[in-house]
Amino acid sequence: MGERILDVKNLKINFHTYAGDVKAIRDVSFHLDKGETLAIVGESGSGKSVTTKSLMGLLANNAEVVGGSIMYRGEDLLKKTEKEMQEIRGKDIAMIFQDPMTSLDPTMKIGRQIAEPLMIHKNVDKKKAWAQALEILKLVGIANAEERINDYPHQFSGGQRQRIVIAIALVCYPEILIADEPTTALDVTIQAQILNLMKELQQKIETSIIFITHDLGVVAGMADRVAVMYAGQIIEYGTVDEIFYNPKHPYTWGLLNSMPTLSSTKLEAIPGTPPDLLDPPKGDPFAARNPYAMKIDAEKQPPFFKVSDTHYAATWLLHKDAPKITPPDEILRRQKIWQEMQAAAK
Amino acid sequence: MPEQKKKLLEVKHLKQYFGVGKADMVKAVDDVTFDIYEGETFGLVGESGSGKTTTGRSIIHLYNPTDGQIIFDGKDVSKLNSKEDHLKFCRDMQMIFQDPYASLNPRMTVEDIIAEGLDIHGLVKTKEERRAKVEELLETVGLNKDHASRYPHEFSGGQRQRIGIARALAVEPRFIIADEPISALDVSIQAQVVNLLKDLQEQKGLTYLFIAHDLSMVKYISDRIGVMHFGRLLEVGPADDVYTKPLHDYTASLISAVPVPDPEFERNRKQILYDASIEQDVEGKPAKLREITPGHFVRCREDQVEMYKERAAKYEQK
Repeated sequence: MGERILDVKNLKINFHTYAGDVKAIRDVSFHLDKGETLAIVGESGSGKSVTTKSLMGLLANNAEVVGGSIMYRGEDLLKKTEKEMQEIRGKDIAMIFQDPMTSLDPTMKIGRQIAEPLMIHKNVDKKKAWAQALEILKLVGIANAEERINDYPHQFSGGQRQRIVIAIALVCYPEILIADEPTTALDVTIQAQILNLMKELQQKIETSIIFITHDLGVVAGMADRVAVMYAGQIIEYGTVDEIFYNPKHPYTWGLLNSMPTLSSTKLEAIPGTPPDLLDPPKGDPFAARNPYAMKIDAEKQPPFFKVSDTHYAATWLLHKDAPKITPPDEILRRQKIWQEMQAAAK
Repeated sequence: MPEQKKKLLEVKHLKQYFGVGKADMVKAVDDVTFDIYEGETFGLVGESGSGKTTTGRSIIHLYNPTDGQIIFDGKDVSKLNSKEDHLKFCRDMQMIFQDPYASLNPRMTVEDIIAEGLDIHGLVKTKEERRAKVEELLETVGLNKDHASRYPHEFSGGQRQRIGIARALAVEPRFIIADEPISALDVSIQAQVVNLLKDLQEQKGLTYLFIAHDLSMVKYISDRIGVMHFGRLLEVGPADDVYTKPLHDYTASLISAVPVPDPEFERNRKQILYDASIEQDVEGKPAKLREITPGHFVRCREDQVEMYKERAAKYEQK
């Protein structure tokens, strides 16, 4: 992959609430290379959305960054003022939100909503901005764009609206595109169209994508690399093949195992619920739900163990003294594919 | 096929139009016919706007059907005149809703939510009995019995959906309509709720109508699947057949769009695009569900039957 364009190190974010400080992000580090798609996977409350909001400087008022850095073009985004962030937001780093129904302004023609970032960030005059808006509207596949540019959001369907949101995000050719569950609110057939569109556009305008989702199926189709988040931490990361065919963390196993496949007769649910981040557990946060948990899991947080140059997992099972365990059948099936792939590559 | 099995629910030519007589009349459900046998799970899939939720709501009589019949346990649902019959129907058929945040009254305790049906049907005589029944139900759905005195906001989404299930079970129904019961939940919690529904079905011999847009989950839980599009039922058949040997183009395109958690598969994915013109009505050649292979029906015209038979034969050759 190309050069590193974003480097997040040891990010820690707390939310102040009446009940106390919720430790939403607990020491998260990751990076993004030029032209790649990084998927961040996790359940609600795992901190995936908070992580990306911090990249955009869009954290809620009661959030506090306790530590860490977000390096972009040699500068720490966390040290920027709101004014400086406004320069970057929408121009260099753009975002697509989950719900296309609420992320557009209902009182504004969509043409103006697409042209606005150009006029603000690139000082393009109104006429030129509208011409470019029309161009990108055609690019994202809105039929009859010349007429529809004067329509309001309510005149479009959900899928079309998400295309418009994508058009707004891409109109300035951002270096980084953050997509926060961009297809969760859409039907599967529309979802497939939007995902294809995003892949196409990524090549055309050479942007890097951070893709946030809880749908492992979507991840398998979109991502180059995957980071799995749980309880405010990244617990495993690697290339898409490494995560899907050679996963090492029991939580990743659980996620892959709880999805129905063609042959499954019984779904293996992960028992219990994620821990309360008001008072995060001392040891491995997944220990309470982990059938393979050992004594040490309750006492000490596992560090990242190296699986390969690109693949790391935070679980004590990878420690050299850990007992040998047999993963679930579904994971064994996947590991077999992995071994075949490795053999074929040699 | 469960030939000997009893039909618990028969939906006959159900039509549900909204805004009848106006220019913008919507045919939400248009001539839908299917049966559900006792003890089975019938999965209804389709995209948003396909009419699957409306079908479910018409069956439980939240809407008055425009036309057609719904026969539950041998009785026409729209002809229940006596209060007893009506109460019995309400007890036999229950619903689990999609949004566990909107479907529980925030000002009622969990005990009152679950026991509301018990009170209405007079199933418990004393306070102690009521409490005991609620605690039993909470344990059935995997919640702690001490939770009875709490309010809905104190629970997570998965727990709320369990409360919704306990409420449906309270009156000991025979038939449960589950309208997208898991789509608002996280992946790991979805599996928990689906497994719970399956276990309950085994224990209590329940019959389900499972409405969802997630085809892989529907295939997993259902015995038979019906595929809806534009208010019409396009294909009905055993779950495995519909999923692995889809006959209608629309079903095939729907299945080809489902993301699979397998990168190798995703790289080679070919999405099938759907051309809706096949659904076009032709004068004098009525389209209806016709049996192509045993138990596997497709909505088509008389002259299309051959084509579908060939298609089905091709699957057998592979």
